[in-house]
Amino acid sequence: MSLGVPVPAREGRPALGYWFRATWARLPLHAAVIGFAVLWSVPTVALLISSFREPSAIASSGWWTATVDTLTLDNYRTVLDQRGMGRSFINSVLITLPATALVVLVASGAAYAFAWMPFRGRGLLFLVVVGLLVVPLQMTLIPVLRLYAAMTVNEELPLLGGNVFGINSFTGIWLAHAAYGMPFAIFLLRNFFSSLPRDLIEAAKLDGASEWQVFWRIVLPLSVPALAALGIFQFLWTWNDLLIALVLLGDPDLAPMTLRITNLVGSFGSSYQLLTAAAFISMALPLVVFFAFQRFFVQGILAGATKG
Amino acid sequence: MPWLWMLPALLLLATFLVYPGIDTFRRSVLDARSDGFVGLDNYQAIIENPNPLVADTHSALANNAMWLVLFTAVTVPLGLVLAVLTGRVRYEAAAKSAIFIPMAISFVAASVIWRFMLEFNPSVGTVNAVVTEFGGQPTAWLQDTGAPQTWLTERGPDEIPGPVQLNNLVLITVGVWMWTGFALVVLSAGLKGISTEMLEAARVDGANEWQIFRHIIVPTLRPVIVVVTVTLLINALKIFDLVWVITGGRFQTDVVATLFFKQSFINRDFGAGAALAVVLLLAVVPLMLLNIRRFQSEEAA
Repeated sequence: MSLGVPVPAREGRPALGYWFRATWARLPLHAAVIGFAVLWSVPTVALLISSFREPSAIASSGWWTATVDTLTLDNYRTVLDQRGMGRSFINSVLITLPATALVVLVASGAAYAFAWMPFRGRGLLFLVVVGLLVVPLQMTLIPVLRLYAAMTVNEELPLLGGNVFGINSFTGIWLAHAAYGMPFAIFLLRNFFSSLPRDLIEAAKLDGASEWQVFWRIVLPLSVPALAALGIFQFLWTWNDLLIALVLLGDPDLAPMTLRITNLVGSFGSSYQLLTAAAFISMALPLVVFFAFQRFFVQGILAGATKG
Repeated sequence: MPWLWMLPALLLLATFLVYPGIDTFRRSVLDARSDGFVGLDNYQAIIENPNPLVADTHSALANNAMWLVLFTAVTVPLGLVLAVLTGRVRYEAAAKSAIFIPMAISFVAASVIWRFMLEFNPSVGTVNAVVTEFGGQPTAWLQDTGAPQTWLTERGPDEIPGPVQLNNLVLITVGVWMWTGFALVVLSAGLKGISTEMLEAARVDGANEWQIFRHIIVPTLRPVIVVVTVTLLINALKIFDLVWVITGGRFQTDVVATLFFKQSFINRDFGAGAALAVVLLLAVVPLMLLNIRRFQSEEAA
């Protein structure tokens, strides 16, 4: 495959024949890129189209035979009204937003200390925190479950529902998600914070600014891209989580969408009209977030994977 | 004073990660109900595999090893090649988004997508539709434990599960589908850091595109390739959700993390589960050290 045929310079007008030859030679390149993009999209497109098809049509013919006039919104109506998807969508929001805010808040404080407050053992402690990145999450579930069982407060939380704390509580799952996201969050933010110009922060301190003022007035406003990246990551992880909800939220009234869909798969394993619509509802918000904040998203991966 | 800033974070980490980690070590030398001390019996059971029908530890270890090798060996080169290719077209952003989207959706949604794609009935399942279109037989992709080469010839119900099972390869392929976008995005950003003058100079000197890829792009990107590889290795070792939601570990697709979950939460053998978790943690430690060393050298730089 020819990868890099000289591209005509933008200025000046290359002859048409040259343009034609160059395009022709680049054809394998376009075929490869478009081919991979299509191949990677087919499964998601199949899901999307099927979610708008009649149950009988899904069971008897492929999604590629669907025509526009046979599509329907019935599956979405069924799933939202009868299968509790509406309630679990709200639960997902109630779990995800506070958990995300909590991570950003708590991690930025710790990351500030790691980046700009010298103290003994700072380097070592930071390495320990980064090391916790690799602890398999499943491993922690039994001790946490026991801890929660002992601490469960069996009274209803006002407004949101569920227990006040412990098993089957929103507060409990917020803390769990915040803790599991913490190593990555501190890692990402500390790297970003410490890349801010030293002069700026020292000048502010010389002028008598307190740590709090430096943090609140200088570091946070300059770190919006990193904070946004972290927020998006944490949002997606929490939104897409099944395992923690599976263990800590047994009450079906509190179940997020991932848990609800898993139960649908269990009881309606081949009712693809329900499953595809439910899956797409659960994907809609992450996809919107992804496309809206794509720039930050990529930055976040880079900050996490390589330094700065 | 700095401790006050870190207190909430450290409390969370201690409660949800450090204490459970230590407690898992303790439970791994206790019996099923965490009452009596049993020494290293739980670890011995992992090695001897006394109940393969309840919990096949050998199969889980072999599958995890296969995930580790195949998943990483396919995803990293594929991401690298796609990074080079997409960097040369005008619609780079759109092409990268298409490949990245699977990263943004949940494993649960991905499992619905792939159960549907791999459905046995060729008039419903896309993959079997393509296979039968080309004259092949529809295949139970997620249940088939036979060796992949026999897929081309004939299959029988009494087939012996091979060391490389077709259904495991299919699951790993789904993993590649989900993670290639990550490798692509990171490597592509690294690629942007290579100076175009250097590439142009090589071209002027008569290097062909393969030589440029082999002798300039790959060596220059080495640090980024290492980062991506280590991240994917850790993910392959800890792989859980994907297997759990698609096959539930049935048809001999268990990996260590799913077997741990089964032993702990379904078979209620906390000792056996904890021992598996410790094995997993010990396997991750070398990668963690690698990560820390890399991090320290970056700090020094």
